[in-house]
Amino acid sequence: MTAVGNLTHEPVEGDRFTITSEGTGDTWEIVVGLEVHCELATATKLFCGCPNHFGAEPNTNVCPVCLGLPGSLPVLNQNVVELAMRLGRALHCTVEPSVFARKNYFYPDMPKDYQVSQYDQPINVDGWLDLPDGTRVGIERAHIEEDTGKNTHAGGSGRIHGADYSLVDYNRAGVPLVEIVGRPHIRHPEQAKAYIDELRAILLATGASDAKMEEGSLRVDANVSVRRVGDATLGTRCEIKNLNSLRSLGRAIEYEARRQVDLLESGERVHQETRHWDEAAGRTRPGRSKEEAEDYRYFQEPDLVPLEPSAEWVAAVDAALPVLPAERRARLAEAAGVDPTETAVVVAVQRDLDSLALAAIGAGGDGRRVLTHVEHNLAVEGAESLDPAHFAQLVTMEVAGQLTATQAKAVLTDMVATGKAPDAIAAERGFEAMDTSQLEGIIDGIIAESPQEWAEFCGGDDKRRGKLQGFFVGKVMKATKGQADGKAVNAVLEARRAAAG
Amino acid sequence: MSDRLTRDDVAKVAHLARLELTDAELDTYTEQLGAVLDHAADVAALDLADVPPTAHPLPLVNVLRDDVVAACLDREEVLAQAPAVEDGRFRVPAILGEEP
Amino acid sequence: MTLPTTATAIAAAVRAGEVSAREVVDAHLAAIEAGDASINAFNLVLADEARAAAAAVDAKVAAGEDPGPLAGVPVALKDNLCTRGVPTTCSSRILDGWRPPYDATVVERLAGAGAVAVGKTNLDEFAMGSSTENSAFGPTRNPRDPERVPGGSSGGSAAAVAAGFAPVSLGSDTGGSIRQPAALCGVIGVKPTYGLVSRYGLVAFASSLDQIGPFSTTVADSALLLEAVAGHDPLDSTSIDAPAPSLVDVLDRGVDGLRVGLVSELMGEGIAPDVAGRVRQAADALAAAGAEIGEVSVPAASYGLSAYYLIAPAEASSNLARYDGVRYGLRVDAPTTAEMNAATRTAGFGAEVKRRIMLGTYALSAGYYDAYYGKALKVRTLIVRDFEAAYERFDLLLSPTSPTTAFRFGEKVDDPLAMYLNDVCTIPTNLAGHPAMSVPFGAGADGMPVGVQLLAPALGEATMFRAAAALEAAAPPLEEAWS
Ligand SMILES: [Mg+2]
Ligand SMILES: [Zn+2]
Repeated sequence: MTAVGNLTHEPVEGDRFTITSEGTGDTWEIVVGLEVHCELATATKLFCGCPNHFGAEPNTNVCPVCLGLPGSLPVLNQNVVELAMRLGRALHCTVEPSVFARKNYFYPDMPKDYQVSQYDQPINVDGWLDLPDGTRVGIERAHIEEDTGKNTHAGGSGRIHGADYSLVDYNRAGVPLVEIVGRPHIRHPEQAKAYIDELRAILLATGASDAKMEEGSLRVDANVSVRRVGDATLGTRCEIKNLNSLRSLGRAIEYEARRQVDLLESGERVHQETRHWDEAAGRTRPGRSKEEAEDYRYFQEPDLVPLEPSAEWVAAVDAALPVLPAERRARLAEAAGVDPTETAVVVAVQRDLDSLALAAIGAGGDGRRVLTHVEHNLAVEGAESLDPAHFAQLVTMEVAGQLTATQAKAVLTDMVATGKAPDAIAAERGFEAMDTSQLEGIIDGIIAESPQEWAEFCGGDDKRRGKLQGFFVGKVMKATKGQADGKAVNAVLEARRAAAG
Repeated sequence: MSDRLTRDDVAKVAHLARLELTDAELDTYTEQLGAVLDHAADVAALDLADVPPTAHPLPLVNVLRDDVVAACLDREEVLAQAPAVEDGRFRVPAILGEEP
Repeated sequence: MTLPTTATAIAAAVRAGEVSAREVVDAHLAAIEAGDASINAFNLVLADEARAAAAAVDAKVAAGEDPGPLAGVPVALKDNLCTRGVPTTCSSRILDGWRPPYDATVVERLAGAGAVAVGKTNLDEFAMGSSTENSAFGPTRNPRDPERVPGGSSGGSAAAVAAGFAPVSLGSDTGGSIRQPAALCGVIGVKPTYGLVSRYGLVAFASSLDQIGPFSTTVADSALLLEAVAGHDPLDSTSIDAPAPSLVDVLDRGVDGLRVGLVSELMGEGIAPDVAGRVRQAADALAAAGAEIGEVSVPAASYGLSAYYLIAPAEASSNLARYDGVRYGLRVDAPTTAEMNAATRTAGFGAEVKRRIMLGTYALSAGYYDAYYGKALKVRTLIVRDFEAAYERFDLLLSPTSPTTAFRFGEKVDDPLAMYLNDVCTIPTNLAGHPAMSVPFGAGADGMPVGVQLLAPALGEATMFRAAAALEAAAPPLEEAWS
């Protein structure tokens, strides 16, 4: 294989991640579609009454059904259907009549050696998810299926390769999953992470899942392909599995894209295959050999009957849906008079502080300043129980110059901790607004102490003046123990310079 | 049927089904399965484009149960049935391939 | 006093305190002890368990409690019905040593009704076969002639009743596995409407076709047993959510005015002349009792066999994947899990099971699904439509149960297709999900029993049982050879 030389990458057109080959000068873009499996937050498993509970002693949450014992039969959990529809509707999917199928393959963590899943007739089809950056990612389907048990590899490295033997725990077998198949509309590793963040927010908001990537209740597979910028057709994709964190997701996509560009630039082909991310090695590896191409022999599960949720049921699900993150961002952005893609808006919704911010703005607080506090000063416990009227009052005092930014932050911290009103806290802390004449007196004193610097400040070039401005502001802050308002200090300095000039 | 089931087809199917066949068995099964499929040729030859499939004899839909926890099996009873057990889990030999 | 022999009479006598369940059970255990060495109807005799259960029934009678409608009735269970703590083998080596940790719903219901399970009966491995020759534990012999097969797959359950080891038994019927052995052994055998009897705890062969049903020597006994096990079960999603039909009470209602259609496709080619003759004789008997007899064509029935031998193996290939040596049953050790799976399955399954697994795997595999499995599902639609049309004109249909009387051991076992042709009359009803039953009606030219099959639309059991009672009343003696 010919080496392609150093590859550099830089985002172009804002949201696209590209790889430019120094060898050919060609620019490649990545195309990513994500498949997410999430465990539904039910009390029991998909087809039996065993607890759906993480962390129990091995093989204690099992019964004839989820162990696949001969003669046992599945019965569908109503709450699985409810949660799956809730998620589907939150993703703007249509709920369709659906059937279950068997996906046949042998694997020891699968008690029946087939997985019951929805195949050609899934419950939710054709929706979308809006990312905070404004990108709309299509959702092909969100279907119900059962989880497998868990293999622990013993001997060797503790990983599957080189293990002497494995131990199987079926507690997780039969836990309900929804598999959300996204369309290949993602163009950047950061977008992939944002998609997962957004999906998690929706899963939490709808109560469909606790969506914990660390505990495996949310698992991500990435279909990655590359194509030359400008090409309309999709390249051959590889499916990357074993992505256990957002960091892995981003790294794996980037690695895999480079691997594929490398292959294509050296005249080889990308083989459609499943690859596994090795976090320690920072690379993807092929799954099973290509000769073992699977033939899953899907057919309709004869032990279950079709699912046809009534229009009334779907309407009831819709009526009970909470306001979703994208809508919350839009509402907050409108109230604050800013763009919904602004970080402060995204963060406010992520931290569940958007209703506080909306209330504070509603109570007369300046939108921009409210958002600034939410983004930078309210990543603390108890922030959500802040009194919105107090929050608005604080912002108003700050805007009026009664508190400096530094003082406002300190007051806000106390407000969260004590629940007291901002004026009371400011008074306690001795944050009296410094009147202009007092500030002018201090500044005039400092100018008198440093005639050399003052002369240079007034007559020097822009660079020198910038430096000396810092010098004078620093002295003022020291003299006032940081209580002077930076903007006011600059204004006085500028007025004195103009007078001197 | 002209495209009669071949020995390779049988070998592939045996592999999918996790069955090992001797050469002699391969021959026998190729012959026997071929005869059954020949008999099914009448079905395979039918033009049924407009006929919907019937996967199931019952017209039932929406059979659901409440999300209520039921009793689990006793672990000792479960594991007592297993050919090999370790640490409260089912023991199996090395697994070579990752899950597909 | 002499002990009663039918389930109906036993239950009545035990309930009345005229005989004890213990006496009844002891007598049947003694019959098994004396006779089963030559028949091999049982894989396992539950002598101790049966005596304990009988004692419990007697205790209830003594205490004045209701011992149930089947009080003290010995029942033989096909060995593909799960019995808690008791080996359940499906006559396969692959389930070696397996003791289910739960009871099948029907087993639970029988116990609740006061019946006493006396043993687990032999079958073709995983219910795949028509002669019970495909058992890992040796074939069952036909009690009417030990040189002949009892039919299958529920050969053990049919033979147990024919030999008097139990007045009634349960079998399972996927393509005729109750009706065909009933016919060959000269007893009653019923395949109920799909979904009438819970499949929970029946080890699956082909899930969309399997149904549990009774064997008995009298129509009334089958009615009694079916009433006890039928009815909705929340553990089986395919169980019909409706009250179980009343059968015992309708048996004496006669057939006056019932329209019965003789299925022309099942009366011609491939049907032995003596068997067809007995079926015409049965039609005459029904006519004499007041039924209107006509001929009816069910054209798609001729495709039934082909469709069945694609659908049933396809489902079986998936249902039998779980026998992989990991969780229960046989394991043949090997260095890797994949090799262990294959070594275990290779050693654990017999030839017929392997044949069907491979056939089904092929029918579902990429590139063949549409031509085979997909086509077969469409043929299933045609069969349902043809039956619907037939039942617009007729209340019941009539046909042979099996094309021939009992054949000799080894005659067909090496020719799968010839063996499969045994099921030609029984398969269409499984595909449609309808009920059907076999009623003995004299013997063929060889002196072996002939069964006639009554077919009814879904949930038409009550009408079907009325006609069966009429046939029973008119039937020539079992041993009377056709001439
Ligand atoms: Mg999946
Ligand atoms: Zn369970």
